[in-house]
Amino acid sequence: MAGETVLEVQGLHVDIPVASGVLHPVRDVSFQVRRGETLCLVGESGCGKSMTSLALMDLLPRAAVRRATTLRFLGEDLAQASRSRINALRGDRMAMIFQEPMTALNPAYTIGEQLIEHYRHHRGASPADARSRAVALLEKVGIASAAKRLGQYPHQLSGGLRQRVMIAMALMCGPELLIADEPSTALDVTIQAQILRLLADLQQELGIAMVLITHDLGVVARIADRVAVMYAGEVVEEGPATEIFATPQHPYTVGLLSCIPVPGHTPPGGKLGTIPGVVPSLVGDLQGCSFRDRCAHAQPGCSRTIPLRESQAGQQWRCVLSPEAEAAW
Amino acid sequence: MLFYIVKRLGLALLVALTVSFLAYMLVFLSGDPALALAGEGARQADIEMVRKAYGLDRPIPVQYADWLGKLLSGNLGMSVYFKTEVAPLVADKLGTTLWLGLAALGVALVISVPLGVLAAIYKNSWIDRLCLGVAVLGQALPNFFFALLLMMLFSITWRLLPVSGSGTWQHFVMPALALGYYAAPAFMRLIRAGMIEVLSADYIRTARAKGLPPATVVFKHALRNAIVPVVALAAVQLGFLLGGSVVIETIFALDGLGYLAYQSITYKDYPVMQIIVLLLSVIYVLLTLAADIANAWLDPRIRVA
Amino acid sequence: MSAQLPAAVVLPELEAVPAAPAAWRQLLRNKALAVGGGMLLLLIVLAILAPVVAPYDPYVQDLANRTVPPVWYEQGAWLHPLGTDQLGRDYLSRLIYGARISLLIGLSVALISGLIGTTMGMLAGYFGGRTDMAVSFLVTTRLSMPVILVALATVALVGGSLWVVILVLGLLKWDRFAVVMRSATQQVRALEYVAAAQAAGASTARIVLTEVLPNVLPHLIVIATLEAASAILLEASLSFLGLGVQPPLPSWGLMISEAKAYMFFSFWLIAIPGTALALLIFAINLAGDGLHQVFMPHERS
Repeated sequence: MAGETVLEVQGLHVDIPVASGVLHPVRDVSFQVRRGETLCLVGESGCGKSMTSLALMDLLPRAAVRRATTLRFLGEDLAQASRSRINALRGDRMAMIFQEPMTALNPAYTIGEQLIEHYRHHRGASPADARSRAVALLEKVGIASAAKRLGQYPHQLSGGLRQRVMIAMALMCGPELLIADEPSTALDVTIQAQILRLLADLQQELGIAMVLITHDLGVVARIADRVAVMYAGEVVEEGPATEIFATPQHPYTVGLLSCIPVPGHTPPGGKLGTIPGVVPSLVGDLQGCSFRDRCAHAQPGCSRTIPLRESQAGQQWRCVLSPEAEAAW
Repeated sequence: MLFYIVKRLGLALLVALTVSFLAYMLVFLSGDPALALAGEGARQADIEMVRKAYGLDRPIPVQYADWLGKLLSGNLGMSVYFKTEVAPLVADKLGTTLWLGLAALGVALVISVPLGVLAAIYKNSWIDRLCLGVAVLGQALPNFFFALLLMMLFSITWRLLPVSGSGTWQHFVMPALALGYYAAPAFMRLIRAGMIEVLSADYIRTARAKGLPPATVVFKHALRNAIVPVVALAAVQLGFLLGGSVVIETIFALDGLGYLAYQSITYKDYPVMQIIVLLLSVIYVLLTLAADIANAWLDPRIRVA
Repeated sequence: MSAQLPAAVVLPELEAVPAAPAAWRQLLRNKALAVGGGMLLLLIVLAILAPVVAPYDPYVQDLANRTVPPVWYEQGAWLHPLGTDQLGRDYLSRLIYGARISLLIGLSVALISGLIGTTMGMLAGYFGGRTDMAVSFLVTTRLSMPVILVALATVALVGGSLWVVILVLGLLKWDRFAVVMRSATQQVRALEYVAAAQAAGASTARIVLTEVLPNVLPHLIVIATLEAASAILLEASLSFLGLGVQPPLPSWGLMISEAKAYMFFSFWLIAIPGTALALLIFAINLAGDGLHQVFMPHERS
């Protein structure tokens, strides 16, 4: 199922100067995504997962500074690439869909126009060719009377339909990487499942690498091959989805899983857990484990550099506790 | 949307009617129009004759109704000074003033759109402050002074354009510049504000994510949404420009409605005065109506309900 | 329920007025206000002290010394630092006395039109309904009429003088006051302390004067500065066309008009009053912008 590495990220940092100092929303984030594989970036609001996705696409706010040890897309160094090279890749080889379908489309232009404009730009296709491809993709994402839809305006479509249009729009140029930032969050619960199903099917069929950002572990359980758990700007645990759910190692992941009922994993009738405390401020110099103020197993060593641990199944996490000590509880 | 148009039309009609009454009443500001028409040193008997001849002895509402009636049937009266019918006189000059107004609007937009877009993209930078500074300076310069400066520069020093008069397109250049620059700051601020808001919208991020060229993102996606209030303002400003043409046309002796208005005022040619005030007001009313309709039409959310 | 003003009347988005103490403190820190206000203050002081500051009587003609250039020209001298005009009158003195006229125009017209417009606007904003519809109709009608044209015609018919100009402009330029005050009043009216005052049984007049007026005052001041500048420009235009202030008064617009025929050889004759006008308007607009920033920091202009 997995193929060559499409996206390789090592040591990604995002810094934003603010009034009270420098904000570090993304700190030393590393992960990989292979062809045909879905990586889920999961974490609570404000953990930096959206910022990470924007950093990948170079869509950060102007004041933000991005730096990375490695940022490779199909072997090409994105960090060193020129503006025009990034623009050539965006929409063509790497595509992104956003959380709010209601505002992500330009109200002044038709669906058709927004579907074909970048396809014509990147591929130089004729209007007729572009239109027929648009119709084909709209049908693929499950929109009926696709040809008629081309002439409609965004406000004439429901949220679920708009998100399908966004997906079709992202796929127009046949990208190798799709980044989806909470694609189903703003939709009705019934539509959420449909959209996720659609994304999973499309990935299977087209063999694209997908990074899916979400705060919903239920989504992760449904669609992820690999999971990267983020907290306070860092990846605290990463590995195959089955392993993470079966044997979570980092105290935050453990806490997270116990908080939220996950279909197929949480026994019915049990009590849901909570994680006391709040996310720490990300401004200024930060050292040690950012979870230590909320962790039941905090030690003095937690305020120094945290070792990276690895399991045989490919799971990685940062914690001072050894696996044996963890297994003890 | 049809109901909206009908409602606005009704209001426009009412306003036009009121303005027509006010325009008519303008004449009575000097006291007794019969006196002015009869001229200086006229005897009482002559004045009475003039009064009867012009129907000025009737009660005012009757005079107004009569005047309005004649107006609606195409009789715009007789010019006292030029000794011809008002209608052909005005019709002849209207075209010139309309062209001047449009040219001035063009000047204003050519100045304001690039400056406004730049100021929005580089918000709060020195570029932004420079553009705003230009706007404030532009609004401080009196238009008749600027007109004289243009005249000194382009006609006298460089001999590029004719000093005054009408006839060729070159005669319109300086008047258009002198009339239009003053409207530019208002447009610039509106475009800047609109662009700042639009540039932070989600669909702009989507356009960038699709790898579209920056120019496409700014002009096709952002400006298209930011320009909507500008269209309405343009219609309104055109109305103001037409009214303000009096000063500019007079300075450059450009043979349009404004110059005619000045002449008619100087020579106390009441019939012409009344018609010009009424005409410009009606044009303004129609322009604001057009602005309202344009506003509704430019938003697909209203147009395609 | 309020009447619809046509889109032509672009209403600024208004926010609740900030608490009084913070605003007044910020007044002094705002750069635009400091520079503009400073320039304006200087001009006002010069104008008031005209009899003391001006070297000559602005009306005294000296036909032997006509169109003497200002001191920075070759033929100029410090005797007449800004030269003399075509009748030999000292230009510096005429300039300073001319400032009086411009400032007087600005102040009086702003006062008269401000009074009319604010009353109409506040009544419309406070009572809504038919009052609002009537006021909106009046505003729309007034907006349809070209101000310069009507002012020109009126002055031509009634006769030109300083007071006629002030009266005519004051009676014509109330529209922006009405529009903005209406909006501001509508906003304030919806706030809680008005409802509280009403519940306490206060009379309408009392509520309007003690609760509403202090809170719409910032908007009033900003609009007043902008309208004053506009009035000064209008008077200059009217006088330039010969239908405003009459000679020999040293209105800057009139000075430019009188000098028009000589501008090819004596450019300073129009440049000096023109620049003075531009500087005065610039100062007022700058100060107005500064006030706008201080009182209403989150609004678009």
